[in-house]
Amino acid sequence: MDFNDTPEEAAFRKQAREFLTANAKSKAEAGRGMAVGWNKDEALAAARAWQATKADGGFAGITWPEEYGGQGLSPIMQVIYNQEEADFVVPRGVYEIGLGMCIPTMFAYASEEQKKRYAPKALRGEEIWCQLFSEPAGGSDLAGLRTRAERDGDDWVINGQKIWTSGAQFSDYAILVTRSDFEVAKHKGLTFFFLSMHSPGIEVRPIRQVNGAANFNEVFFTDVRIPDSQRLGAVGEGWKVSLTTLMNERFAVGVAPPPDFDEIFDLVRDLELEDGPALDNAVVRDRLADWYVRQQGLKNAHFRTMTALSRGETPGPESSINKVVSASKYQDISIFGMDVLEMAGAIVDPEIAPMDGLFATGTLSSPGYRIAGGTDEILRNIIAERVLGLPQDVRVDKELAFRDLPTGRD
Amino acid sequence: MNFEFDDDQRLLRDQARKFLTDKSPPEAVRRILDGDEPFDRDLWREFANMGWLGAAIPEAYGGSGLGHLELCVIAEELGRSLAPTPFASSVYLASEALMLAGTEEQKQGYLPDLAGGEAIWCLALSEGRRPATAANIAATVSEGRLSGEKIPVVDGDVADRAVVVAAESGGVGLFIVDLNGPGVERRSVETIDPTRSQAAIQFDGAAAERLGDAGDGWPMVERLLERAAVLVAFEQVGGAQAALEMAREYALGRFAFGRPIAGYQAIKHRMADMYIQIELARSNAYFGAWALSTDAAELPVAAATARVSASEAYHFASKENIQIHGGMGFTWEFDCHLYYRRARQLALALGSQRRWKDRLIAALQRRNAA
Ligand SMILES: Cc1cc2nc3c(=O)[nH]c(=O)nc-3n(C[C@H](O)[C@H](O)[C@H](O)COP(=O)(O)OP(=O)(O)OC[C@H]3O[C@@H](n4cnc5c(N)ncnc54)[C@H](O)[C@@H]3O)c2cc1C
Repeated sequence: MDFNDTPEEAAFRKQAREFLTANAKSKAEAGRGMAVGWNKDEALAAARAWQATKADGGFAGITWPEEYGGQGLSPIMQVIYNQEEADFVVPRGVYEIGLGMCIPTMFAYASEEQKKRYAPKALRGEEIWCQLFSEPAGGSDLAGLRTRAERDGDDWVINGQKIWTSGAQFSDYAILVTRSDFEVAKHKGLTFFFLSMHSPGIEVRPIRQVNGAANFNEVFFTDVRIPDSQRLGAVGEGWKVSLTTLMNERFAVGVAPPPDFDEIFDLVRDLELEDGPALDNAVVRDRLADWYVRQQGLKNAHFRTMTALSRGETPGPESSINKVVSASKYQDISIFGMDVLEMAGAIVDPEIAPMDGLFATGTLSSPGYRIAGGTDEILRNIIAERVLGLPQDVRVDKELAFRDLPTGRD
Repeated sequence: MNFEFDDDQRLLRDQARKFLTDKSPPEAVRRILDGDEPFDRDLWREFANMGWLGAAIPEAYGGSGLGHLELCVIAEELGRSLAPTPFASSVYLASEALMLAGTEEQKQGYLPDLAGGEAIWCLALSEGRRPATAANIAATVSEGRLSGEKIPVVDGDVADRAVVVAAESGGVGLFIVDLNGPGVERRSVETIDPTRSQAAIQFDGAAAERLGDAGDGWPMVERLLERAAVLVAFEQVGGAQAALEMAREYALGRFAFGRPIAGYQAIKHRMADMYIQIELARSNAYFGAWALSTDAAELPVAAATARVSASEAYHFASKENIQIHGGMGFTWEFDCHLYYRRARQLALALGSQRRWKDRLIAALQRRNAA
């Protein structure tokens, strides 16, 4: 066992480090302030600029094929870059969905010409993509979606509604899954497209979240036309295409943001409780130890994943535990960070609350992490079924025509 | 990056698993549980023959010189099989103590017998209900004679020699005591896990040979516990994994309301949680193994992390394994309680979870201050 890079990996790590040092602020320099929303124009402009810088530096699309603007390197190099980038403060949250999920789906299903047209612009950050999957009637049960696609000559006509679409308010393109046949079983009647978010008939309405930001949206479709050439996969095979996207989601949705162990440790280190320094308090020590072993468990599991990648093997199922563990840890640490401040813990004003209100921000943002990209419950089902080989839940929706399924409250 | 066991180590794991499946099946463990024998002597001899007892002991001292990573691999398999032997006492504690603190002469004199299985050793630390801290040690050595009581001492009833933690003028020290010599009286005590025997030992002027330098020996005790914690963590991970597999097997075959109980989410999600905890614990144990085998400065933090994580995982997996078995899980006849008992035994033998969490934070504080 060792933690040494191969010479090739070490060289790449050094380049990445040099690039980041030259172009971004380290965490130590920048302090901890965290913006919650992306809607501010400057934040979006900063994200665009950073993506272009990364592309120019050769650190965007590290694993993508070179003919589409990528670097054609192995997944381990992406991991190495991510490790280095984690020490720097760079804009995050605008491009992950497009580059992590939408374009990889295009790689699997779009025409050669389309890949050449869309991938490089996405990579340079010139075009932003979003994911139009979830609907009021289809979240965990994505295949319950009802947005209708009807064939009309060389076009498809789309009517219906999506919801929770992150970044729709500033996106240029989207991947979209629709229902093209209501008469067959639900997984069989879906068809998949990509489209311009500037198409006539699309209306985006931001939804205000628990944390006050409005990063996700409702998206309404009224007679939106999509050329058949923008269909991905065969008619009725939209479920299969969706699974490609969702498989990529597992890698795109990473570890939850701070506060993590380091931040709660920093907070209590300077804090006095009724009986002395907070770090001498047995309850505080007990909780900190729990979070430390979880944080380290994920970090060390990640080293195992890296080892597999480095050997050219497919990583084991350990990557499936990442979000389940880190999202709850994020929430619990945030809440504890408010609790140790006693009555003053209620203050969320970043001018007054410690660390620019990081714990309050986490308290209000963390519930979304336990839901987005697969809920805690769905992820446990996935571990139980795919990793442990346990039976699927009883399903009442497999054989019936979609039209005849029970629907519940709307 | 190479954070996996290598091919030879994986081969060793496969061999160990095969051997233990064959030689230490549940029936063999139950012979110790229900019988008068304190441990499986045949198994012990075979461990010696295969070089497992001396896995981390250099060849110069009669060991097989494999190394600590190999010992971790063996530990995981021992934990999985619940092998009822004094392995942890002799190997993780006593051999490590001799290698850490012994003089050349002591190593030459004692390690070959340990590696060959001719002598069984144990660590005598606890003195009853009070937590074992430097200030709480009351057993005393004066002019080479040890007096006081140690309880419980894992494998204290079967061991030939003990490494005893005792006070002397100037602090706490480590001493080697011949348990078959004069001034030693011992009796077995009934404990949570009858497959691992424990004793109360009364010393009354027993001859005590110094191990390590005179002066404050407590830091050496801490180092010893850290090293053992990593090795025990592998046993705990192995046991937890076996409990999960047992639960899975049962849940797939047990039908209720017309279908396997493994299909109900309350059961599925609980097993998913077992899996999550075990993967975290396993990954932390790996880091501990790296720190142990390279004598890294991270060892105090890595060992406490591995320990806390593994104790929790085994605790959870063993108790939920009983739950998933329903009434069958609560019978003496089913093996669920063997894991439940062993999980407790291992979680207590090196000190409680509460103290290891405390030790972990203390180690982090020291690291940050440095
Ligand atoms: C911050 C955020 C960003 C998002 N961004 C996007 C995006 O960009 N694009 C997009 O398409 N979607 C997005 N989503 C939507 C997200 O994928 C869904 O919210 C999620 O899949 C859950 O679906 P739902 O909201 O309909 O909840 P439901 O599916 O109705 O779930 C409600 C509760 O029921 C539980 N439940 C449901 N089914 C089962 C089951 N079989 N077994 C056990 N429990 C079950 C769930 O775990 C949950 O606790 C986002 C969500 C959030 C919170």
